[in-house]
Amino acid sequence: MYDVVIVGAGVTGCAVARYLSRYEVKALVLERGDDVCVGTSKANSAIVHAGYDAENGSLMAKYNVEGSRMMEPLSKELDFAYDRCGSLVVCLSEKDLPRLWALYENGVKNGVEDLRVIGRAELLDMEPNISPDAVAALWAPTGAIVCPFGLTIALAENAAVNGTEFRLNTEVTGIRRENGYYVAETNQGPVEARAVVNAAGVYADEIHNMVSEKKIRITPRKGEYLLLDHATEGYVKHTVFQLPGVLGKGVLVSPTVHGNTLVGPTALDIEDKEAVNTTADGLQDVIAKSGLALRDIPLRQVITSFAGLRAHEASHEFILGEVSDAPGFFDCAGIESPGLSSAPAIGLHMSDLVAEKLGLAMKQDFKAERKGILDAKKLSAEERNELIRKEPAYGQIICRCESVSEGEIIDAIRRPLGARNLDAVKRRVRAGMGRCQAGFCSPRVIEILARELGIPESEITKNGGDSKYIVGTAKDRI
Amino acid sequence: MEKYNIVIIGGGPAGLAAASAAYDEGERSILILERDKELGGILNQCIHNGFGLHTFKEELTGPEYAKRFSDQVAEKKIEYRLNTMVMDISPDRMVTAMNRTDGLFTVQAGAVILAMGCRERSRGALNIPGYRPAGIYSAGTAQRLVNIEGYMPGREVVILGSGDIGLIMARRMTLEGAKVKVVAELMPYSGGLKRNIVQCLDDYGIPLKLSHTVVDIQGKDRVTGVTIAEVDSSNKPVPGTEEFYSCDTLLLSVGLLPENELSKTAGVALSRITNGPTVNEQLETSVDGIFACGNVLHVHDLVDYVSEEAAMAGRNAARFVREGRISDRSRELPIHVEGGPRYTVPCTIDPARIPEQLTVRFRVGSVMKNRYVSVYLDGERVLRRRRQIMAPGEMEELVFKKSMFEAHPDLQNITIRVEEA
Repeated sequence: MYDVVIVGAGVTGCAVARYLSRYEVKALVLERGDDVCVGTSKANSAIVHAGYDAENGSLMAKYNVEGSRMMEPLSKELDFAYDRCGSLVVCLSEKDLPRLWALYENGVKNGVEDLRVIGRAELLDMEPNISPDAVAALWAPTGAIVCPFGLTIALAENAAVNGTEFRLNTEVTGIRRENGYYVAETNQGPVEARAVVNAAGVYADEIHNMVSEKKIRITPRKGEYLLLDHATEGYVKHTVFQLPGVLGKGVLVSPTVHGNTLVGPTALDIEDKEAVNTTADGLQDVIAKSGLALRDIPLRQVITSFAGLRAHEASHEFILGEVSDAPGFFDCAGIESPGLSSAPAIGLHMSDLVAEKLGLAMKQDFKAERKGILDAKKLSAEERNELIRKEPAYGQIICRCESVSEGEIIDAIRRPLGARNLDAVKRRVRAGMGRCQAGFCSPRVIEILARELGIPESEITKNGGDSKYIVGTAKDRI
Repeated sequence: MEKYNIVIIGGGPAGLAAASAAYDEGERSILILERDKELGGILNQCIHNGFGLHTFKEELTGPEYAKRFSDQVAEKKIEYRLNTMVMDISPDRMVTAMNRTDGLFTVQAGAVILAMGCRERSRGALNIPGYRPAGIYSAGTAQRLVNIEGYMPGREVVILGSGDIGLIMARRMTLEGAKVKVVAELMPYSGGLKRNIVQCLDDYGIPLKLSHTVVDIQGKDRVTGVTIAEVDSSNKPVPGTEEFYSCDTLLLSVGLLPENELSKTAGVALSRITNGPTVNEQLETSVDGIFACGNVLHVHDLVDYVSEEAAMAGRNAARFVREGRISDRSRELPIHVEGGPRYTVPCTIDPARIPEQLTVRFRVGSVMKNRYVSVYLDGERVLRRRRQIMAPGEMEELVFKKSMFEAHPDLQNITIRVEEA
């Protein structure tokens, strides 16, 4: 019997798990994927919103502003990539200025610090590639960018180090209440718990509806993106949004913490919760809209495109807290944007709620800090040489596009909740994330994974399940 | 800090030929830096034959061809370091590299020869919509898996792009027991050599669909199929022409890109057409003492020409070191192109330094039949060659002779023009 079972190892589930691990608790995270951070958390804008956008008084506003404040100290505590680059909401028409000011007012009410409306001259100074149509912008210096994998994996690893169990490849198929506790049926057998936290992303409605008569419905809202080579670093210096206005709703153009440029997303409500495919229309839409607020976007340097699904609930509001007709069952549902930004605040408050319900005591030996995977590129030449002398694998570059060494890949595999497939390695150390898109390094990463995990190379997958990279040996069917 | 007169970045066919030629020119202080675990570069995975017809007058496999050159390097006792990644090249030719045994180290080079080769264009660069499952490989990655590792990347294959590696892999996958269902090519002509279309597709009954592209990729874990559609003259898919192919593998052979990230660190100017350095008739880049050859300079069809070009870069680098001569950039004249060629290598010529014979290579932008290729010096035609057919997939060459230039002491303009025959 567990005290708490958390369904879903996305950023929300991992944040709840991490903050809950401050308590004396027997907690288990169930994840249907082969790694943490494989759903909505891995395919989004990678933005920490300042918090001016969400409607004043909403949970989204409250958690966003608090999450945004927590993110920077958390990035130091858990060692993940974060950069407070600031964000701009660009206004493209004099006619839209009242709405830019309304956004400013909303932000001030939400408690966002240092907001300012700036004129064209200052804007041009900050972003030389801004559109000639730009008349003004809302400048939010507290806006930031974050590595969503880095954040989620850091939360998960820290939770694991503090005693949280994770079961991967484990899908919840039913939940029932029995004698005052919950039994979660999974494809790996039943699990019993005193409390359940539903952090199942686009499937949060299905999990919720297993125990509650007050049904909710999550609609997957697809967002398609283009990612540009980090040779484009510096094209934009801040996250550039476009104020929805007479020219329609635009897309954001943002630097990423790794120096790439991200363009997107679209927003299209769909039925299929697995449909993370990109579409010709969607990509065309991103390209068309990218040029509204900025000029000369280097779209020749696209290295990949991807789609993510936001867990949209009809009221466009987070559903957080204990479900009224299911005591001990806590929802974190409808976590769409600004969900990534809000994750630390959601984790903190939800874990406190659960702890209160179960009467958990604080842990005496909670380890709040976690050291991330060493990024050898950031070392000085002397430090790097010292490291290579001790661990020669750090001298062997495997991914040439992103300059990732074998040492970093081994670390990604050996650490708690280590990588077990190619994409898991990619999310942790960026091998395969670069301009050749894993063409050169995949065979070598497979070799390292197989050696470290002690399994044949033919068993290595791209991202778990049936995604085997190799299907047999040459001439095996002749 | 270590010092070498010539540091060669890359131990593939270009780097090896450059090293050997620099040695023959009298240079003894040469270092080759190679990122892979053996010399030979991409030739090691090209186990098909057809290499060396021009150079050795016999048909060799890729590894055999590479061995001819790595043997020369061994005989001449030219130094090389394997598993060594060059991290940075400075404009004053300080080369920073890393490996397991030496750690991070810097070498001061008298001259640098860029010979890093190229990489394959990925799916992302084409914005092909669909899912991102396992089973999508660049043709070169699949070639490595099959030929080096002995693995099958898939059973039922669709290939997008008819570049030479795609064609070669259509045959290879078939021979290894896979079913290659179709090769789709966006352009109305193949990007590969004619002989490869005949020997790799026609001989095995594999259909080639020109003016077709992949418009959707299905499959959540592993590829389950792709949709191919015809494209119009502006390369846009034509609605209603979609055809679904059930398959577990999509191979991409959609273009090669010279790998010039290091060149950029040295401040080397690049051509927007070739994505390789702009070079003068010495194959020297815009940075003094940094030379380029092989696929990092421009993508070749035949390794024989890579070897020839690289040997020239090696000789010139050796002379640069020996004579300390610096190019007079003000004397360099650009080679203008008209009527078809997209670029030339070299891009500029210093008429005062032209060797007895200089091979100028170029590609045309579309298929052209029955043309003359002419060279004009200040408007006077000095060379004319007839071509029955020219295609973007086949590199063209012209030999400039020193004598052509001697009659034009105050030359201002060099033009290569393609004309109707």
